[in-house]
Amino acid sequence: MLLISCPNCGSRDETEFHYGGQAHVAYPENPNELNDREWAEFLFYRDNTKGAFAERWLHSTGCRQWFNMLRDTVTYEIQAIYPMGAPRPDAAGRTTPDTGTASTAADSTTTGSAAPSTSATSISSTTAPEGATK
Amino acid sequence: MAETAAPETKKNLSLRTSPAALLRAAFESGSVRGTVELSEITFLTMVGLRVGRDTEAGQRVASVTGGLPATCGTVSGAGDTSVLWLGPEEFLVVAPLEAHESLGGDLIQALREALADGEGQVVDLSANRTTFELTGPRSRAVLEKGCSLDLHPREFKAGTALSTEIGNIPVVLWKTGDESYRIFPRASFAEFLGRWLLDAMREYASPEVP
Ligand SMILES: [Zn+2]
Repeated sequence: MLLISCPNCGSRDETEFHYGGQAHVAYPENPNELNDREWAEFLFYRDNTKGAFAERWLHSTGCRQWFNMLRDTVTYEIQAIYPMGAPRPDAAGRTTPDTGTASTAADSTTTGSAAPSTSATSISSTTAPEGATK
Repeated sequence: MAETAAPETKKNLSLRTSPAALLRAAFESGSVRGTVELSEITFLTMVGLRVGRDTEAGQRVASVTGGLPATCGTVSGAGDTSVLWLGPEEFLVVAPLEAHESLGGDLIQALREALADGEGQVVDLSANRTTFELTGPRSRAVLEKGCSLDLHPREFKAGTALSTEIGNIPVVLWKTGDESYRIFPRASFAEFLGRWLLDAMREYASPEVP
């Protein structure tokens, strides 16, 4: 069981929250210019990071507000909690020994690049299943 | 959403059935006098409020309710009207039965007029939830069987209300006194939660095993 610190309510049990998937997936600037593959990648393709991962959470049985969390997918350590819309606070005291896919995704919010950044990088990073957990 | 506004024809309010009415006898016999007691408080007036505290509309609404709580857990209000914090811009107003417009009360209308065309919502939620009252020195022990909050009085003080889960049911839990709690489950969960609480209370009817 994780104890998650909601920015509004403080520390609460994981069961009060709902997971909202990867954070910082920017909506394409010009959706009409995407081909089917790019649109499918925006909708469905997500990173499968081993290590620090930026994700969205909803405090569903508490204040019903969304927030972002930086969580290590291996150790479950919660490294940072920050508001929706804020950039990913990398190096919250530590530099993450990560493949770099998540930080590429984080850039997409600020640069607002039309093509989702997940496509190429996620495939290469997820084919390293050594010790991978669910 | 139940239509609770008074229609042209006069309603016979004595025909109303509260969500946990069928458990009334069970609550009576399952309560352990002086140890832990459970009852349903029926048909309280409840109003869902969505408005920013810092907006002009928020200040107008606050003048009707006697303030809006600023942070998680806090309860404000005046007289017999209380305002519970549910979210940064979401509140639950709890008032006695008579405050409802079907009985001639003007609370909801006053809130609507205060909000006026400001950004927000005033919604009559009186039929959304019912109210359980759990009292007695063992009430905290009963709640702790199915609630993950820290209910120790050092953390959870009288006059605090938090939305959380009890027995996996989403509720608002309001500590009204040192040994008394009000629990607001949605109507459709009332029977389950009532039976869950009765089950959790049962051991205190027997002598303590040394
Ligand atoms: Zn919260």
